[in-house]
Amino acid sequence: MIPAVRAADVGVTRGGARVLRDVTFDLVPGEVTGLLGPSGSGKTTLIRAVVGVQRNVTGTLDVLGRPAGAADLRRRVGYVTQAPAVYGDLTVTENLRYFARVVGAHDDAPARAIATVRLADHADRPVSSLSSGQMSRVSLATALLGSPDLLLLDEPTVGLDPVLRAELWATFHDLADAGVALLVSSHVMDEADRCDRILVLREGRLLMDDTPAGMRRRTGEDRLDEAFLALVREGAA
Amino acid sequence: MSPGVVAATARRVLQQLRRDRRTVALLLAVPCAELVLVRFMINADGPLFDRFGLPLLGIFPLVSMFLVTSIAMLRERTSGTLERLLTMPVAKLDILAGYGLAFGAAAAVQAGLLVAVAVVALGLEVTGPLWAVVTMAVANAVLGTALGLFTSAFAATEFQAVQFMPAFVLPQLLLCGLAVPRDAMAAPLYWVSWAMPLTYAYDGLDELRRHTDLTAAAAADLAVVLALTVVALGLGAATLRRRTA
Repeated sequence: MIPAVRAADVGVTRGGARVLRDVTFDLVPGEVTGLLGPSGSGKTTLIRAVVGVQRNVTGTLDVLGRPAGAADLRRRVGYVTQAPAVYGDLTVTENLRYFARVVGAHDDAPARAIATVRLADHADRPVSSLSSGQMSRVSLATALLGSPDLLLLDEPTVGLDPVLRAELWATFHDLADAGVALLVSSHVMDEADRCDRILVLREGRLLMDDTPAGMRRRTGEDRLDEAFLALVREGAA
Repeated sequence: MSPGVVAATARRVLQQLRRDRRTVALLLAVPCAELVLVRFMINADGPLFDRFGLPLLGIFPLVSMFLVTSIAMLRERTSGTLERLLTMPVAKLDILAGYGLAFGAAAAVQAGLLVAVAVVALGLEVTGPLWAVVTMAVANAVLGTALGLFTSAFAATEFQAVQFMPAFVLPQLLLCGLAVPRDAMAAPLYWVSWAMPLTYAYDGLDELRRHTDLTAAAAADLAVVLALTVVALGLGAATLRRRTA
C-alpha cells in the first residue's frame, strides 16, 4: 500500500531559522493521525509543507506517491487552514457551491457537506453573521467537497463546544473508515485519545510517533495530558 | 485554464458585489454625478464640453474599476481564500479572468449608463459612432479592472491600495492629453506618456470626437487597450504564488 504521506528528514527554514528539522513519519490511509504540540512547535508549517504551499522544504516529502505540491494532487488533498478561509459576505450555501464548482464536485456535494458539519439550519445565512465556531465549520465543509484522499486539518475543533467536537471526531473516523487519511492538528491533549496515532512536535522536532496506548506505556502516565507534559519535559532536558 | 472555474468565479464575485448595495450605487452614480459636475463647470454645451466630456466616458470607469478591483483582490489575498483557491485545481489565470469578467460586466452597465446620461441628458455631441464610444468606454473599464488586479499584489493593506490611485493613476490622468495636449508637454513627459495605458484610453475616445467613423488610429488605440488588459492579467497571474514562506 502506498502511504498517503511519506516524510523523510523533512526540514523547513523560514527567515534563516530552522522551524522544522529531521521530521520523519508515514501516514496511512484509513487512519486519523493527531498532530500535537505546543503552539509555535511547527504544526502549521508541517501541514503547509504536506499541502505543498510551504517554501524552502528540504528532505523527502511524498503525498499519495507524488512529490508534495504536485499539480494533480490539488484534486486529491483537502486542506483547512486554522483561520476560516471563506467569503464572509456570501451565505454558507453560496460559499460551498462556489468551491464545489472549483473542485468539480457533484451538485449535491454542498448540501451533504453542510449536513456533515451540522449547519443545515444556517445554510442561507451570510457567513459573517455566524459565530466563529460555525465559521470554521463552513471552512471545514469546504474541504469535504471534493472527496479528497488526504485531509489536512489545522486545529479544526478550536472554539467548538464538546458535543460538536465529539460529532466532528466521529465524522473524521467515518471518513477514515472510507479510506481517507487524516492529519488533524490540535494543541488540546484531550483530543489525542480520539486519534488512531499521535505525532508530537516540539520546537520543530518530532518527539514521538505512536498510538495513544503506546504514549501511555512510554511515559508511564495514564492521562494523555500528563504524558504529553512528560514527553515535552523529557525532550527539553 | 478552465471555463467552468472562470464562470464560477465571475458569478461568485458578482454575488459578493450584489450584497454590497452601497458600492453598486456608488459605482453607478458617482461617474454620472461627476460628468454633470464637469458639464456645469464648463457651463455650456458645445465643443469645450465635448472635448472633456467624451474622454471622461472612458476615464471615469477606468479609475473607479481600478480602485474597486484592487481592493476586492486585496481582500481575496488577505482573507486566506486566495491561498485556499490555489491549493485547489485552478489555474491562476482562472481566478483573475473570473474577476475580469465580473467587473467587466459591472463596467458595461456603468459605462452604458454614463454614456446615456452624457448623450441624452447633458447634450454631449459624439461625432463618431455611438457603439464605438460604448465599446471604448467598456474596454477602458476592463483595463482598469486588470490594472487593479495586478497592482493589488503590491499592496499589503487597503491603505496602501488606495494610495495607488494618486501614485499610479493620477500621473496618467495628467499626462494622457486631457488637460494639455501631449505634444505641447516637455519632451520627456511626452515620451513617458506613450508608456501609459490611460493615454490610449484618452486618444481613442478623442478620435471618436473628431471623426465620423472608427478611424485606424482609434482602432489601434482600442487594440492597445485590449492588449494592455491581457498583459496586466498575465502579470497579475504571475504575482500569485502557490508557495509562500
